[in-house]
Amino acid sequence: MHNEFKVVEGDFANAGKASSDIKKTLKQLNIDNQKIKKIVVAVYEAEVNAIAHAYGGTIYVDIDQDKIVVVIDDVGPGIPDMDKAMTKGFSTASAKVREMGFGAGMGLPNIKNNVDELEIKTEVGVGTEVKMVVNFQ
Amino acid sequence: MSENFFYHALKIDHKICYGCTLCMRNCPTEAIRVRNGKATIYGNKCVDCGECYKVCPSGAVYVAQDDFDNIYNFKYRVVLMPSVFLGQFSEDIRASQVYSVIKDIGFTHVIEVEAAVMTHTKLTNKYIREHEDKKPLISTFCPAVVRLIQVKFPALVDNLIPIKAPVDFTSIYIRKKLIDEGADPNEIGVFYITPCAAKIAATKSPVGEAKSTVDGVLNMDTMYNMVYKQIKQHKEYDKTVSANDAPSDSILFALTNGEKRLTHCKKSFAIDEIHNVMDFLEKVENDEIEDLDFLELRACDESCAGGILTCGNRFLINDRMTQRARKLADRERNGETSRRKEIHSQEEFLFANSAVAKIMPRSMMVLDDDISIAFEKLTKIKEIAAKLPQTDCNVCGSPSCHALAEDIACDEAKMSDCVFMQRNLEMRNSLKVEESVEIMKKIWGEEKIKDYVLKK
Repeated sequence: MHNEFKVVEGDFANAGKASSDIKKTLKQLNIDNQKIKKIVVAVYEAEVNAIAHAYGGTIYVDIDQDKIVVVIDDVGPGIPDMDKAMTKGFSTASAKVREMGFGAGMGLPNIKNNVDELEIKTEVGVGTEVKMVVNFQ
Repeated sequence: MSENFFYHALKIDHKICYGCTLCMRNCPTEAIRVRNGKATIYGNKCVDCGECYKVCPSGAVYVAQDDFDNIYNFKYRVVLMPSVFLGQFSEDIRASQVYSVIKDIGFTHVIEVEAAVMTHTKLTNKYIREHEDKKPLISTFCPAVVRLIQVKFPALVDNLIPIKAPVDFTSIYIRKKLIDEGADPNEIGVFYITPCAAKIAATKSPVGEAKSTVDGVLNMDTMYNMVYKQIKQHKEYDKTVSANDAPSDSILFALTNGEKRLTHCKKSFAIDEIHNVMDFLEKVENDEIEDLDFLELRACDESCAGGILTCGNRFLINDRMTQRARKLADRERNGETSRRKEIHSQEEFLFANSAVAKIMPRSMMVLDDDISIAFEKLTKIKEIAAKLPQTDCNVCGSPSCHALAEDIACDEAKMSDCVFMQRNLEMRNSLKVEESVEIMKKIWGEEKIKDYVLKK
């Protein structure tokens, strides 16, 4: 089952569309509640990341009987130092973004904690592709 | 859909219902369908919120109640009266008069439900202190909210505070008091005046409890009529009866903020009206709100003052209750009445009897327990939904195109139930007009189709 969602730069007001849709689907499939929570948190976090840092992008969601694969593909500045980005508390978010309650530097570490597989492809000045997988079993 | 988890007090009188779809369109959990021209409730989706009752233009939706004469099966006839009942009466009618008249119409004892609030609050605060790990903790006061969480937000079931409601505390207390005074337990009948359908449902099949603490439920509007009639007829009443059960800060418990105010929490919210509650629970479920301690959630706007069985305007009811609390607080300050009531001496006993059994998730969202079947159905739903017109016209008898897609995938409806599909199939000669009419008759009943033909 495939679904796509657009990510618009700076549109925090509409963040959470993808995670809400995913949540409904997973509830219908009788996926364990704690697992749903983890997926929703990870996807929401990644979505907010893309809204905050990228110039736009697409979220691709693929669900089958065994797993969910979410790819967030953005056109943006890319991540220059991956190790730093994976460090808790590190953030490049602007003051404006922080004011809105985002940008605490918990994004990528938080995603990593909530998914089974996390794969990040990034190219400075081009964009980032975050792929996460959660197995249902 | 076959097995019914819940008892429902909300019922539809099919003799009156003419299939207008208003209830179906307004049901927050999409629990209603029109079949054979009548609204039909899916028991496992209904949370007893009463939205259907509010919008029904014909009075077909009704709230089943126990026969009043049942009270005479008992020698000791106790009525548990929520403070909101007193809010039904205009300012010139005193609380003590209402107490007195209730005794005149057949009860031997009257006790205000809110008498137990302080004991209940003490226990709730203790539970909140001891369950940091389960935060945010959610109040179980509103039974419609408890059921909503069971069916729509099953991940939050463990966040519910497993403590009985104040009405149960009051019931347990008065029963013990009477037994201690020498009454035969079988001769005690405890009846509760309810402001809503959800409380009835919760009383008849308590969530997580084996047995109800009350013997019967009386609808607030019925009781209002009985009491108000006596008052209007200027019947003499016993002026020695006093209305002195609950302290001032307790009697607003059932209003919005009533619980929140009494709870010792840093970050808590009081949210009323079922759509507001659902929106907020979505956020809670997503962990979007940090450091949340406690949630007071009520299905009705203005909480119990807006209960479907209350009489009159919810804002006026709220105001009368607030005024009464203010006057009571003055009297407490002047030493005319004590905040400490007799019920407080039974605190230990109430604490010992306060727990409810585990509240189970009853998800209505799950398409099948077997993931491969659920997946198949879900794929089917997406395919069907894409073909439907997205007009949400309700002519198929389902509340929305998406709901129809789900009904079709679960074999409870057919693609050809959609009027747009019918036209489409007719055009391609795969369906005859007569067949379309038959389909419409199944959904809307013979009468509607007949009338329509005649009008032409």
